[in-house]
Amino acid sequence: MTTTPRWRALTHHNLFWPVVVLVVLLLVNVPFTPDFFSIRMTNGHLHGSLVSIVLFGSPLILVAVGMTLVIATGGIDLSVGAVVAITGALTCSYISDQSDQSALSGVFFAIGIGLLAAVVCGLWNGFLVARMGIQPIIATLIIMVAGRGVAQLVTDGQIITINSEPYKLIGGGYWLTLPFSIFVVAAVVAVTVVLTRKTALGLLVESVGGNAEASRLVGIRSRRIKIMVYVFCALCAGIAGLMISSNTSAADGNNAGLWIELDAILAVVIGGTSLLGGRFSIGGTVIGALVIQTLTTTIYTIGVPTQTNLVFKAAVVIVVCLLQSPKFRAKAFGGRFGNKPGAKGGTGQPAVAPAQTAKTTEAAPKMEVS
Amino acid sequence: MLNRRNFLTAAVGVAAAGGLAACAKEDEGSSTSSSGGSGGKKLTLGFSQVGSESGWRSANTDSVKASAKEAGYKLQFSDAQQKQENQISAIRGFIAQKVDVIAFSPVVVTGWDAVLKEAKAKKIPVVLTDRSVETSDESLYVTLVGSDFTDEGRRAARILEKVLEKAGHKGAVKIAQLEGTTGAAPAIERAKGFKEVMDADHKDDWKIVVSQTGDFTRAGGKQVMAAFLQSNPDIDVLFAHNDDMGIGAIQAIEAAGKKPGKDILIVTVDGVKDGFVAMSEGKINAIVECNPLLGPQLMEVVQKVKDGETVERWIKTKESDFMQDQAKEALPTRKY
Repeated sequence: MTTTPRWRALTHHNLFWPVVVLVVLLLVNVPFTPDFFSIRMTNGHLHGSLVSIVLFGSPLILVAVGMTLVIATGGIDLSVGAVVAITGALTCSYISDQSDQSALSGVFFAIGIGLLAAVVCGLWNGFLVARMGIQPIIATLIIMVAGRGVAQLVTDGQIITINSEPYKLIGGGYWLTLPFSIFVVAAVVAVTVVLTRKTALGLLVESVGGNAEASRLVGIRSRRIKIMVYVFCALCAGIAGLMISSNTSAADGNNAGLWIELDAILAVVIGGTSLLGGRFSIGGTVIGALVIQTLTTTIYTIGVPTQTNLVFKAAVVIVVCLLQSPKFRAKAFGGRFGNKPGAKGGTGQPAVAPAQTAKTTEAAPKMEVS
Repeated sequence: MLNRRNFLTAAVGVAAAGGLAACAKEDEGSSTSSSGGSGGKKLTLGFSQVGSESGWRSANTDSVKASAKEAGYKLQFSDAQQKQENQISAIRGFIAQKVDVIAFSPVVVTGWDAVLKEAKAKKIPVVLTDRSVETSDESLYVTLVGSDFTDEGRRAARILEKVLEKAGHKGAVKIAQLEGTTGAAPAIERAKGFKEVMDADHKDDWKIVVSQTGDFTRAGGKQVMAAFLQSNPDIDVLFAHNDDMGIGAIQAIEAAGKKPGKDILIVTVDGVKDGFVAMSEGKINAIVECNPLLGPQLMEVVQKVKDGETVERWIKTKESDFMQDQAKEALPTRKY
């Protein structure tokens, strides 16, 4: 087979493999559910599997986008699941105390309280990581463990059910026939992309991730950048928390956002961001999160027996991660897809010294396989 | 960097203080429950709870505390926070304090032989609540006070017969099942009991067309049901292993433009307050109760065991089934 330059450019694009996997997963559904791709109008809004995937995947996309920036600085944030639970718990318990749960002012105030709590969690994480020099995995573990306790304290260990139409809009409502959460996600992703790719911010984040000390020496305020990404990540998790609680009109301190941190990290990795930091791809993360949500939906629609759910999931994840590894592709398919590992890097140009670039791109495939 | 060590200590301190605060909250309950009661030497009961993972569990805890107070027993309450090692050390503590009876809801099924033998050696009787254990020596515990999950599955199938009759449904019935957490006893046994009745009496007309875990949560129930409706748009009946998954599924059914309780008949297990609210709105057709309020029954058994009377190996919790027309009436009495 001849490889035209265009084909080579396509297969070496960093989003090529995640998109291939996503398309394959979607197609797998068709034999089981012939009208899988059909979208119809029901009660004045669109309804169908594709809409469900985006709707239920929205919180994961948000959390994963925040996680991408944290991982780009070489950190990791395990506390996002707990932040999801805290935000949902605070917001819903405030709304449930109102005499008129649908009053707009009350709902906005409740959302404000919830997001403020999320920002405080982010500041705490950033403070521990950037100021105190604690390993990110340990620093964020504190809120991961303690935060869920806080959420349960807020909800008194109960599931708080609310009945507020405006609040329901965020995660379960529709606007212009589409789920409202799609617009929220689009806005957050757009703002993130503009901030990181149209300003120097993305470059700074990558350089901090490449080498924090070197960045500091050239005059970048590494610590401030780090604190910023943790706050941003927590804020994204907070919005996801609003969405999850709004979707079911209930706050469940025990289960809301449980293990979402792991799914988010997986989405980031599938999207081609290196866990070592130094480069990132927001587009890849969004695709990665959609892959995970599609996988979950696929399991439900094709009727994988409950007991083998996790095995099925694991098998797909292993295949995806292997496909993402240029070294593996070189071995499995010969030179066609695999040569020049990491030649394209992230969508952003590596902002660090050449030696550092070589190190990250070489080590990245290893991390992605593991 | 210099003060990393100091800071870590401080961080651990903060975490520990948080833990203490939680403990203090727990203590309030137990100290109030030890006051009051009749004269003479009070019976002391050591109770180790699984944790506080759900509304059902908190209702269970409150019931035990309240009925111990009512019976005039001194209650030593300990929360294991979902960890077996906490529970084992709590039981050792009860043995050291020489309580009269030990009761506990085991976090997991196995690994209790050693600590139960210690209790037996000190002649302290052990009563299990809610969940059972697997042990090589049956004499290690006196009795189990708890629900029969398999029977709940059977009752769900029986009440579904009534629901179908009331709805005037004729012919084949396509059933979707929302299972609990994979591997959890209630999930396995509720599915088993339901299938038992189905295989015995409805081999030809009932069929479970889809079955998937919703992890006992609303979000899980909603997401799975949305997918079910896509792959099997002609589902007649939903059997959910708990109310919360059923409530989530109702939202998915409504989003798909169908009427829960009419287009799709819904039977759930548990009987929490929100489940009854949904049933009174006509969205759930029937609820099979799984009663967490086993405190009074437990105290009765504790007294009998203390007095040396023989009790049954398994004392089943008193439970009822509710159809839609009973929902409004029963709603105000739901405590959890």
